[in-house]
Amino acid sequence: MTPTSTFETWATILTVAVTAIAGDVLTAGAMRRIGDLDIIRAKSGLSGAIKAVVSSPLFMLGVLCMALSFFSLLFTLSKVDVSLAAPASASLTFIGNAAAAKFFLHENVDHRRWFAAIFVCAGVVLLSR
Amino acid sequence: MKHTLTPQRYLILLAVMLTASVGDTLLSHGMSQVGPVSLHNLPLLFIALRNPWIITGILCLLGFFASYLTALSWADLTFVLPSTAFGYVVVALLGHFWQHEHVSLARWLGILLIVCGVGFVANGPSLTEHAHQQPTEVAE
Repeated sequence: MTPTSTFETWATILTVAVTAIAGDVLTAGAMRRIGDLDIIRAKSGLSGAIKAVVSSPLFMLGVLCMALSFFSLLFTLSKVDVSLAAPASASLTFIGNAAAAKFFLHENVDHRRWFAAIFVCAGVVLLSR
Repeated sequence: MKHTLTPQRYLILLAVMLTASVGDTLLSHGMSQVGPVSLHNLPLLFIALRNPWIITGILCLLGFFASYLTALSWADLTFVLPSTAFGYVVVALLGHFWQHEHVSLARWLGILLIVCGVGFVANGPSLTEHAHQQPTEVAE
């Protein structure tokens, strides 16, 4: 592995986190629009539920972002040690998701949920040591 | 409406926690049998698809995605995400009790933090109530 600059390291990690957050927020937004899957499945069966999800452009965009995130993670892992890249991108994703869910999805992110995001973020860092 | 979950919905969240970590563990076990893949022997990836551990792992991850999407359809993203993190705890505990891996003090602390984080959200409401939202809105 060739030595990588600090800027490149964090730029790649940040790319992984940002695409992951975009993927999560887009799919969550899509599921909110589609409505309760349990109700849809009761009404039109499993195939109906799958059709409702797959035909949502917002969902497909989210999946595209998740795929981008996956490939940028692969790219990052070829340059940065896994012991830094994996927990750093995972914990950035947790914090970023809490902010993005509040901002874009207008979720009620109260103290409880902020604490949860911060605790989980710190926990992920500790677990990967 | 308080948005507490029915037992069936807690089962879906349990599936989110378990399938992701079990799926990853199965894939990692399978890939250790297949051997390292590099850009020069990409066809090895197709051979990997015949490995029973890999197949079961992929099925688990499909189950994960289905239950994750189901959970997102009736709960907030900030409610579901901490439970996905609980998967890390499951992997660490599986490693400790099943594979007899050494779990350091830092890792136990990490496990404790994640469990606390999940506990915080699990006590709260699962869905934000929006004034303009029609609760029975169903896509065509």
